[in-house]
Amino acid sequence: MTKAGNELSWKDLEVGSIITEPGNASQYQTGDWRTQKPTYEHSRCIKCGLCSIFCPEGCIEPNQEGFYEANLFYCKGCGICARECWTKAIIMVEEA
Amino acid sequence: MAQRIGIEVSRAVSIAVKLADADVISAYPITPQTHIVEDLSELVANGELEASFIPVESEHSALSACLGSAAVGARTFTATASQGLELMHEVLYVASAMRFPIVMAVANRAVAAPISIWGDHSDVMSTRDTGWIQIFAANGQEAFDTVLCAFRIGEDSRVLLPVMVNLDGFHLTHVIEPIAIAEVDVVKRFIPPCKYPLPLDPDRPVSMGAVGPPYIYPEAKKAQQVNLAASKEVILQCWQEFGDLFGRYYSPLECYRCEGAKALLLAMGSFSETAITMWG
Repeated sequence: MTKAGNELSWKDLEVGSIITEPGNASQYQTGDWRTQKPTYEHSRCIKCGLCSIFCPEGCIEPNQEGFYEANLFYCKGCGICARECWTKAIIMVEEA
Repeated sequence: MAQRIGIEVSRAVSIAVKLADADVISAYPITPQTHIVEDLSELVANGELEASFIPVESEHSALSACLGSAAVGARTFTATASQGLELMHEVLYVASAMRFPIVMAVANRAVAAPISIWGDHSDVMSTRDTGWIQIFAANGQEAFDTVLCAFRIGEDSRVLLPVMVNLDGFHLTHVIEPIAIAEVDVVKRFIPPCKYPLPLDPDRPVSMGAVGPPYIYPEAKKAQQVNLAASKEVILQCWQEFGDLFGRYYSPLECYRCEGAKALLLAMGSFSETAITMWG
């Protein structure tokens, strides 16, 4: 897609709105639905990865040091990771 | 010269589908459309028409199967009436918005309640805003001709929209009329092979029927509306060429003794022929 989704006009769409670039859903920034975002207290994190298993968006991965963090481009801020975390290492805060 | 024979109009419709060399037919029988699909099922079963006939458990499934076959670029036909058309309703929008050139014969019949198998247009009126092109046949010959034109119009690259061919239940479907059956070679010249521009193809993967967020949805609807409006030009051109080839010319509105008339009757379908006979 040469244009961002919200810049497309009716003249740009393929017939029947067919998508010719498979996998372009990854360009959709679901992160802008968010009203809260996860923050991390790494001293409490035991790197169990439970948050990444529960994440409905599948957007939590370990960073270079092995601490699990959400990719905020996709994170919708549901807070399930914070709720499930054994050690309360994830704290949801209001978006600025 | 084309042969003119006495034939039930439903049969003539199925012969038109055969002459158009449809690839896939999926339909569910319902009065008064049954003879059309019954006959097509027979034509496929005895090898006269090389096509897939997909029997289904409902009209909703019939049109859904048609979506799939149209998506791979197969020439697709179905037929229904009344409650069957209503059961298809949500799929009608999908067919037009995904721009699949499905051709559907509708044997117009009243909608329950009370249950009525007799003819009126209330079934198809509820589908007016579903984005399909609709053509109403006044007699058997028009029904036959319109099916041929419907494939040509719907599959035109400037249109790519589904087309309903309306023929009045019983008043047309069940009567025997003298109908000129076109020759297969001429039909082949008139209807070029179906070439859907972006069919499902493992070598060229595409996604169809995806989510359209609010910034896409109105743009998609606008594109659909522009194409539907532009189809008029293609329809007129198709009818002109049809007339030149087959000697029968059609127009969106046909006038009969309108000049200087004190009262005008506006009719669609076979009722217009009744009006002509009554007042002619």
